[in-house]
Amino acid sequence: MATPLLDKVEDEAAASPYITVTLRIRRFNPEISDEARWEDFSIEIDPKERVLDALHKIKWDVDGSLTFRRSCAHGICGSDAMRINGKNRLACKTLIKDITSFDRKTGATKPITVEAIKGLTVLKDLVVDMEPFFQAYRDVMPFLVTTGNEPTRERLQSAEDRERFDDTTKCILCAACTSSCPVFWNDGQYFGPAAIVNAHRFIFDSRDEAGEQRLEILNDKDGVWRCRTTFNCTDACPRGIEVTKAIQEVKRALITRRF
Amino acid sequence: MSADTTATGSTAAISPVESVSVFDVDHPAPLIEPPRKRTAKTPKATRGNFEMAAWLFMRLSGVVLVVLVIGHLLIQLVLDGGVARIGFAFVAGRWASPWWQTWDLLMLWLAMLHGGNGMRTIINDYAERANTRLWLKGLLYTATVFTILLGTLVIFTFDPNIR
Ligand code: HEM
Ligand code: SF4
Ligand code: FES
Repeated sequence: MATPLLDKVEDEAAASPYITVTLRIRRFNPEISDEARWEDFSIEIDPKERVLDALHKIKWDVDGSLTFRRSCAHGICGSDAMRINGKNRLACKTLIKDITSFDRKTGATKPITVEAIKGLTVLKDLVVDMEPFFQAYRDVMPFLVTTGNEPTRERLQSAEDRERFDDTTKCILCAACTSSCPVFWNDGQYFGPAAIVNAHRFIFDSRDEAGEQRLEILNDKDGVWRCRTTFNCTDACPRGIEVTKAIQEVKRALITRRF
Repeated sequence: MSADTTATGSTAAISPVESVSVFDVDHPAPLIEPPRKRTAKTPKATRGNFEMAAWLFMRLSGVVLVVLVIGHLLIQLVLDGGVARIGFAFVAGRWASPWWQTWDLLMLWLAMLHGGNGMRTIINDYAERANTRLWLKGLLYTATVFTILLGTLVIFTFDPNIR
């Protein structure tokens, strides 16, 4: 992974913080070719900037046809998950310095690879069709379900009850986890980690009454039992959600409610 | 976006292609779809606990198999002279005891069901087309049932005085 040589570089380049990095980007444009290919862009950048800044530099100054999604640019909206140096990350939360390593012989920076997340149809360059991902999300009923009269005030909940599902409320639906899962790569029918995380968020919410229904949905052949505990999802999550743990908790709930 | 593409002359970005491309704005290339994509038409969940039972079985049978398989390997290959002494007489001697008959019967059933279910998982993971899945699983189930039945038959009907 990233070689921590940065301090040295910073000393040397005290005058100018800029370094030259190569972004090796997986390009695809169906209006030109049916094949994707790698293209290198060499740019000057402050290593404290982010991969998203590098992509902006390229799009704004070098090649306007480079296509990618981003909205908030601050790790909130979940638009810019991509595969950077072979790992799923948010371009807006990945600093150049953390992923740049130097060739031991020449001292030059090694190229940073950027490609679309896997397991979803690539539409153009780094943009994928997120529809199957959101379909799985919709299929777990990611909304509060209750019966009876609506209370006139908030639905109260103890701090402990809130704590129970705190981790899974942090999801921004970026798809970094689902598109890092080898089971999902090979079989898109699998709900995938993100859908399970968002089911977990309601299954363990004391105010919700459809937990049983969601458990039943995830008990099916494309549900939690397809998880092979590879932990790719936990590694990928930019919000630090313990995704695999959430999946295991759903499995445990399914087993303990029966026995 | 596409207007922009032509304006900035993205042929430079997408390199002067080998020859003239057959794809353009009006005739885009086909997209590469992932295997078995989820859509609104994906069937709703069915009720039933088969997958949970299979998952639990893999773990429970695994624990038992550790003892059975390691014990089996030790006896057959390592202890008391090891593999050299295995022969018809050795097998006949062991299967004279109901203890080893039960041991082998249990190991046969657990290993075959465990291995068979493991292979089922792998087929589910890798075979993309419904037909391929059907055939591979059909073949797998046939082989599994055949081996279990044949093995069971042999353990129960084994005759040490066969010749
Ligand atoms: C010795 C003790 C054994 C233990 C503790 C064990 C345990 C396991 C477990 C827990 C799984 C499920 C993995 C998952 O769901 O991710 C598994 C899968 C599997 N096992 Fe075993 N097993 C044992 C022996 C065997 C034997 C003897 C066979 C062959 C007959 C076998 C064949 C398989 C296969 C084919 C899979 C599927 C592989 C996969 O899911 O990637 N195992 N085993
Ligand atoms: S669980 Fe994490 S990686 Fe998965 S979609 Fe949510 S924020 Fe993204
Ligand atoms: S642009 Fe919004 S999360 Fe990165």
